[in-house]
Amino acid sequence: MNAIEFENIGKLYHLGLVGTGTLSHDLNRWWQTKILRREDPYLKVGEVNDRASKGSSDFVWALRNISFNVEEGEVVGIIGKNGAGKSTLLKLLSRVTAPTTGEIRARGRIASLLEVGTGFHGEMTGRENIYMNGSIMGMTRSEINAKLDDIVDFSGVARYIDTPVKRYSSGMTVRLGFAVAAFLEPEILVVDEVLAVGDAEFQKKAIGKMQDVSRGEGRTVLFVSHNMSAVRSLCQRGIVLDNGGMVFDGDVEDAVDQYLKTSFVSVKDIPVAQLPRYGRTSGDIRYDSIEYLDDAGRPVEPQCGSPLTIRVGFEVPEGVTAHSSQLTMEIHDMYEHPLVYFDSRFTEDNRTFESGHHYFEVRLDSLPLTEGDYRILLWAYCNHRVADYIHCAIPFPVKPGLFFPNIQNFPAHLRGKLVLERYDWKYD
Amino acid sequence: MQEDWSLIIRPRRRLLDIDLKALWRYRDLWWMYVKRDIITYYKQTILGPLWFFIQPVFTTVMYMFVFGGLAGISTDGAPQPLFYLSGIMLWNYFSSSFAASSNVFSGNASVFGKVYFPRLVVPLAGLTSNLLKMLIQMLLFIAVYVGYLIAGQSLSINWTLLLFPYYVLLLAFHAMSWGLIVSALTAKYRDLNFLVSFGLQLFMYATPIIYPLSVAGEKYRWVLELNPLTPVFEAFKYGCLGCGSFSWSGLLYSAVFMIVVLFVSVIVFNRTEQTFMDTV
Repeated sequence: MNAIEFENIGKLYHLGLVGTGTLSHDLNRWWQTKILRREDPYLKVGEVNDRASKGSSDFVWALRNISFNVEEGEVVGIIGKNGAGKSTLLKLLSRVTAPTTGEIRARGRIASLLEVGTGFHGEMTGRENIYMNGSIMGMTRSEINAKLDDIVDFSGVARYIDTPVKRYSSGMTVRLGFAVAAFLEPEILVVDEVLAVGDAEFQKKAIGKMQDVSRGEGRTVLFVSHNMSAVRSLCQRGIVLDNGGMVFDGDVEDAVDQYLKTSFVSVKDIPVAQLPRYGRTSGDIRYDSIEYLDDAGRPVEPQCGSPLTIRVGFEVPEGVTAHSSQLTMEIHDMYEHPLVYFDSRFTEDNRTFESGHHYFEVRLDSLPLTEGDYRILLWAYCNHRVADYIHCAIPFPVKPGLFFPNIQNFPAHLRGKLVLERYDWKYD
Repeated sequence: MQEDWSLIIRPRRRLLDIDLKALWRYRDLWWMYVKRDIITYYKQTILGPLWFFIQPVFTTVMYMFVFGGLAGISTDGAPQPLFYLSGIMLWNYFSSSFAASSNVFSGNASVFGKVYFPRLVVPLAGLTSNLLKMLIQMLLFIAVYVGYLIAGQSLSINWTLLLFPYYVLLLAFHAMSWGLIVSALTAKYRDLNFLVSFGLQLFMYATPIIYPLSVAGEKYRWVLELNPLTPVFEAFKYGCLGCGSFSWSGLLYSAVFMIVVLFVSVIVFNRTEQTFMDTV
């Protein structure tokens, strides 16, 4: 039996209609665009790049022609790049905003964890906030009364339950919020990236609770996340969204592969210097090139078991001296799990670089990675600040190699990621 | 089996589609909002609930000094403290209820952006918590009233005071309707906020609160009578103090006015509710 049916769902955003926030700005926009025929002064640059080039200027389909059914008790992962329409889809389902076309039909109570702790008020105690938050999520007073002890227990803040929430640490607030949501017991649960917060122990607890909810208690769950390992461990089915359309619907492993492939292609051709940086970086060291070379200094495609030199170029801007620098290169797998660290601090003391262009090289006698797609992370620290940080954005594809010829007969997940070195295998 | 969906989400709903059943289901949330308003009103204050009384007392004293003393505006024979206090009480109820509902969208954007519940719960809770505040303030009024009676003042209380719940209803829904219309507009245009707080002040002077309707000359009287709140304030003072005027036609006018605005506000509110998350 279907728990949810999406039929031909579309959501149109009209950029022109989205007010700038003040009447005078709207009037100015109207004057500039309609009378003077100039460009809209309030349109954000990102929107022009990304969306307007796709076609008509003012209208953006955040979602288009989305149709799928979710069976009762199914756990579906919804994945896609930023801006693919995942959050819009969940917002439609949780009725935060209305669709432009189509119809969504659902059976049972829907609860969304778009963000935990909704409606918390700092002046109220933990207990009062449990009631507040619970009733916002649609619980009745008697339901909350019945579950209060469990909620307090699960959150692990029993000692402070009569303290105003403004005195809580952010972690405690999140625990409390998640605890309420976890005991809501809706028929359909909508989860968006809640697991990004809280400490490791609590995340484990939260994932465990979600597994119970989906497996043991037979609830329907829609799960949106960037954390591919969480998606793989929780969901059986995956739906991949791209640019507002549905590009894949099927087994979660295939969906994750599909997603990683598409997001991989999109960064392949961008030079290192132009890759987006992660967080705040000072720029006192700035990576600008990466090359994969053989022993003769010729560019090669990295190959399992062959010698490889990774040569990374970086620039220290004019007038800057990079004192006590630390340089790190990491190789991650496609799920962004770190595999190998190369760190200047492992091998030598912190160095000072004068302004100018520099390189560092890492030479491996034999590349210990099996065939597959990997990512490289680059990080630099100097003058007591993070100077540069490229998070898992550099593709590092490894060709099959000659370590063990038979290894190629095995599918990717059955041959491991690392090959230590040639080893002997004996029966006794 | 095909038709037993408990929820169907469609692009546009009809104009006056209010799900009263859903509203009833969320009555616990309504009560939580009321409680939250009351609790947080005086949390971390030294004087605590006393603040419910301090504001009307000081305002009354100030009015007695400025309007009663310096300007010498008549109170139609009623004792000044009672005259001003009654006006302030009702006006505070109206203006704070208005403020609560005019802030519904912009003040709750973060909650509305994450969870669905019937949005009308929030303004209705605002009306209720402000009603409770007014009833608390009413204790002060009654105390002063009794004080005057003991002192031998004759106050002509009469049967029309029984209509008090009706007056409250008129004030409440006028406040909510106007507030909702404003909230729908301020969801898009923040600068209306300034206009509104300023306009509310002007509106107070266009309502017989610090003066009785009778002091307005024939020339301006009709302006004050256009104000749908005028009959309410006048009738309340007539009921408990014997001053002012009581007019059935005025109260009827106020009610018709209220129903029309309420109608409009629900339509506007419904439209905004569905898509305002795209505009904030």
